[in-house]
Amino acid sequence: MKQARTRSLSILFQLGGLILAFGFVTLILLSIDANPAEAFRLIWQGAVGNSTRIASVFVVWVPLVLVTCGVLVTFTAGLWNIGIEGQITLGAIFTTGVIRLFLDTPVHPVLVIVLSILAGMVGAAIWAVLAGLLKVFGGVNEIFGGLGLNFIATALNIGLIFGAWSRPGVASMSGTEPFPEAYWLPTFQNFRFSWYSIALTVVGLVVIYFLLQGTHFGLRLKAVGKGIKSAFRLGIPTWQHMLLSFLICGLFAGLAGALQVVAVYHRLIPAISSGYGFMGLMIGMLINYQAIWVAPIALFFAALNIGGIQLPIVMKLDSTLTGVLQGSLVLFILLMQGVKQRVLGNK
Amino acid sequence: MSGDIILLGLAGVIASGAPIVLAAIGETLTERAGVINLSLNGTIILSAMMGFWVAVEFDSLLLGFFAGALVGALVAAIVAFSSITLKQSQVAVGFILTITCRDLAYFLGNPIMGRQGPIMFSTPIPLLRQIPIIGPLFFQQSLMTYFSMILIFLAWFWISKTRPGLMLQGIGEKPAAAFVRGANVQAMRYFYTILGGALVGLAGPLYTLSVKPGWKGTITGLDGIGWIALAITIFGGWNPIRVAFGAYLFAFLQWLGLVLQSSWTFIPSQVLQVAPFPLMILTLLLVNLGNTEWMDRLLATLPDGVRIRVKKLIRSLRSQPPAALGTPFERQ
Amino acid sequence: MKIGFNQINKHFGEVHANADITLDVQSGMIFGILGENGAGKSTLMKILSGFIQPDSGEIVLDGKAVSIETPADAIKFGIGMLHQDPLDFPPMQVIDNFIVGQRGGLILSHKDVIKAFRELQSQFDFSLDPDAYVDTLTVGERQQLEILRLLWLGARVLILDEPTTGISIQQKEKLFAALKVLAGQRKTIIFVSHKLEDVEVLCDQVAILRKGYLVGQVDAPYDTDQLVEMMFGKQIVLKELESVAQDKVVFELQDLYIEQYPLAIENVNFSLRAGEVIGLAGMEGSGQDVVLRACTGLLRPVSGRVIVNGTDLTGKNYLEFMQNGVAFLPASRLEEGLVPGLTLAEHFTVTTEDKQQLFIDKAYFRQKSEQMIEEYHIIGRPETPVESLSGGNQQRAALSLLKDSLSIILLEHPTRGLDIESTIYMWDKLKERCKLGTSIFFISGDLDEILRYSDRILVFFSGRVSPPLDSATVSLEQLGQLIGGKGWAKEFGDEETYEASTNP
Repeated sequence: MKQARTRSLSILFQLGGLILAFGFVTLILLSIDANPAEAFRLIWQGAVGNSTRIASVFVVWVPLVLVTCGVLVTFTAGLWNIGIEGQITLGAIFTTGVIRLFLDTPVHPVLVIVLSILAGMVGAAIWAVLAGLLKVFGGVNEIFGGLGLNFIATALNIGLIFGAWSRPGVASMSGTEPFPEAYWLPTFQNFRFSWYSIALTVVGLVVIYFLLQGTHFGLRLKAVGKGIKSAFRLGIPTWQHMLLSFLICGLFAGLAGALQVVAVYHRLIPAISSGYGFMGLMIGMLINYQAIWVAPIALFFAALNIGGIQLPIVMKLDSTLTGVLQGSLVLFILLMQGVKQRVLGNK
Repeated sequence: MSGDIILLGLAGVIASGAPIVLAAIGETLTERAGVINLSLNGTIILSAMMGFWVAVEFDSLLLGFFAGALVGALVAAIVAFSSITLKQSQVAVGFILTITCRDLAYFLGNPIMGRQGPIMFSTPIPLLRQIPIIGPLFFQQSLMTYFSMILIFLAWFWISKTRPGLMLQGIGEKPAAAFVRGANVQAMRYFYTILGGALVGLAGPLYTLSVKPGWKGTITGLDGIGWIALAITIFGGWNPIRVAFGAYLFAFLQWLGLVLQSSWTFIPSQVLQVAPFPLMILTLLLVNLGNTEWMDRLLATLPDGVRIRVKKLIRSLRSQPPAALGTPFERQ
Repeated sequence: MKIGFNQINKHFGEVHANADITLDVQSGMIFGILGENGAGKSTLMKILSGFIQPDSGEIVLDGKAVSIETPADAIKFGIGMLHQDPLDFPPMQVIDNFIVGQRGGLILSHKDVIKAFRELQSQFDFSLDPDAYVDTLTVGERQQLEILRLLWLGARVLILDEPTTGISIQQKEKLFAALKVLAGQRKTIIFVSHKLEDVEVLCDQVAILRKGYLVGQVDAPYDTDQLVEMMFGKQIVLKELESVAQDKVVFELQDLYIEQYPLAIENVNFSLRAGEVIGLAGMEGSGQDVVLRACTGLLRPVSGRVIVNGTDLTGKNYLEFMQNGVAFLPASRLEEGLVPGLTLAEHFTVTTEDKQQLFIDKAYFRQKSEQMIEEYHIIGRPETPVESLSGGNQQRAALSLLKDSLSIILLEHPTRGLDIESTIYMWDKLKERCKLGTSIFFISGDLDEILRYSDRILVFFSGRVSPPLDSATVSLEQLGQLIGGKGWAKEFGDEETYEASTNP
């Protein structure tokens, strides 16, 4: 009875956060004389208007789910893996590197794709563990370490696109030379949408769900995240667990980056991480670190992202509006959570 | 390179360091009260855009800076409200704000991209400007740069030499002890968070109206500055003088990078552009290494003479945050 | 000033911390508030000093009902409180601590204040260095500083919450002398304590609290048995404890040298026998915590050896010590002992070594935690988060998490904040383990506890470690002298005179 009441109150407060976020964005649109109803309609249409758009939403859903799964592991260990963007980038770089290595060799393309994805995961994991090592052995907060590594990864990426891996003739922001079609992950009909990506994502989701909910390792990570000193006194090797959580998160980020290369762009592009890493962190906060909610909320965020593409075309508005909407959504829901705790007076 | 050019370059370092000084000192005041405002990066970009917009719209530098400070104060007020009143994680809220403010800036700034705006020129101070070396270095700057230099000493003096400043230290160190000494801890935390945010908000327009004039959307080149300012606050050990030193050091290294880029063309420009970030990691490493456990263990194995000297060195470099940084205060 | 409490009530969750307390304190007297831990003494005093608000009831000062919303209000009424853990700023200088919160000009000027500070402290024979940093002071000196500060702010009523824990006998004498001077100046002193002997020698009148209720009020001279009965509701008979030490040595420290700023602890030589209990006595920060942490592998000694069961573990880390049968229960239970946010069942899951397959066998661990909850009389359920347990139950939970066969258990303040029942229970459980051959190494600020439960005692002063003392031959008085640095030459024939060296 009491529990049911608390739960319905909870939903009420979350709904309040949702309304506030849309209200805030509406105000912003009104302030620049844009029609909010038109903008929201465009976003909706842009996301579900036709099958290509729906397919595009799932193209974005894949990396979003993967990075969110990754950051849930670091969040559980009490870590802010802001370096996730750079980890995605490194994943993409390693993947591209391996494919380039085997391009003109007799090695079967399928094997190359598999190898390149694994390489991407390893590359990103190295980058993630680097942030972890800085934290554990250097006392550098993972926020700053990760952020610095993000910028370095971006520079490395652009350096490669304009330097060693530049297109024959002229280097450009459009990225490296696209791979031959044999090295693409097979797509569904002629959409950019691959069943293999979806399958890998679902597997990842299931793995993370059970890892965090049901295993001893997951529980130990939780202990480290909730009270690192106490966890150590209870006999948990804390820094090893922190590094492991970085490593796992890196593997997921690397998979996301690798799939961006082999399934979506078929080359390395400058903004390969597309801000999905930060978005994953936001989703993690929004769902209060509950793995069960990753899939639907990531779908929602992906839909906003794709829907937002219509804004500049039709209304001459910048597509970052959807970013504002996503951000204010997370902010207001977090704030409402605080308001709820204050009103109800419980923990 | 002739002496004059170097002098000009160094004067430029002081000017380009000014916004970082403002932001890092603002953050220092906030963190001294025990609150982390992690939104700096977004705040600076948003205030840079808003400040520029207002300055263009009203053709007034003053209003532009005012708008910037207002934006900074507003964002800081959200951080304060959510962390002090609602007791939500300061890091979470700061991170969300830093991303959202950035997106908001790019969204709202879309129509004013590339517009011509007013620029703040230098206001040399009579007499003082004629002092050799010192004059061109410090007294031929813009008004905001003067303000940033005065602010360093003002903040230092406030924190360490005044009665409210002493209480500020106490609030960040042990709020319960400040509370029994009559401080209204929550109100003071609001005050310093918003004040610090306003100072951060001045940094934005200082870029778009002076240091890097104009608003060019995502290529304005301000992304990352806020994070650097946050790192400098740590590097500076929450002491305004050391923080300012960090800010100028950063500006100096950036300038050095530009100089080197023109003479050492074999270094790709991308490398020099991101050079501040590994540098940021290294400096944080330097000030934090002494706090790590393995360092303690390693030190214990060194021979006596070396150990004592190394320990002294590490202790002098080490920066200790205010003890209650990031934690909410409750009476019971 | 005459202080009246009128039907004060205060709840913390389920706990009724103050139940309808009505009490009068006449001015110019030293008034004792006696009760065991958790009786509601501190709560009542925090209400008087404005730190917390009562649920109902009022405070009456000199016949007038007043509302005291904050400590600042309290000091305006002339009421100042010394909290159990000194509420001061350790990284700041003494004089700055003295100044913070005083009204005056915007810009600080130290000179006049230092002069006034010196004058004030000379009244009480205190000798604090205004330029010293507070983190270098002992708890006793920090109390002195707080007293001076409150008097300077114009306090006419001084509340002291458990001031005699963790200070040396000399500091205690100084404190009592100062309180008597203050009472002579018609100031009201409220002395909160659970120590009968302190209350008996100092207080003119005493009120006794038990489980949130005011049990009674007694004038000096006191009948100790009566006070005990009022405090606990029954006669507490403490069992005679026998040493169960065996001859086998399980733990050895050889020529240990540890550096931990600002202390350097030299030449620690010691062997611990199976089943033996060793108490580490000393004022806080005298080095006992440093030695204890070195014995658990949390600190690495610069030289010397730590040998557990014949294995040299010098330089090994805490987890390796754990594997060798060393367990450590730190003082701050929720920061270093238990993980807040995790349930009891989850704690057992994390610490149990059996059933470590990939997936958690939830039913098994639920059953296991139910069994431990039963065995250790923990009031809670397997799904209770540890932070919502009471202090005593948290300590029981921490104890229940220890492995079965241990060679040595190291404890910091094992019974701090626990009521008498929990204290007795705690030591019964520990002694049971001693019988099975486990040795105990513990720190306590309570000299009674040290004397009562230890077989041998190590005394610490300013980084010096005494040779082991036999607890059967040492008195409380002697121990109190030793932790304050007095009597070392006489006791140990040491050529160095510790009387000369004052403080670290």
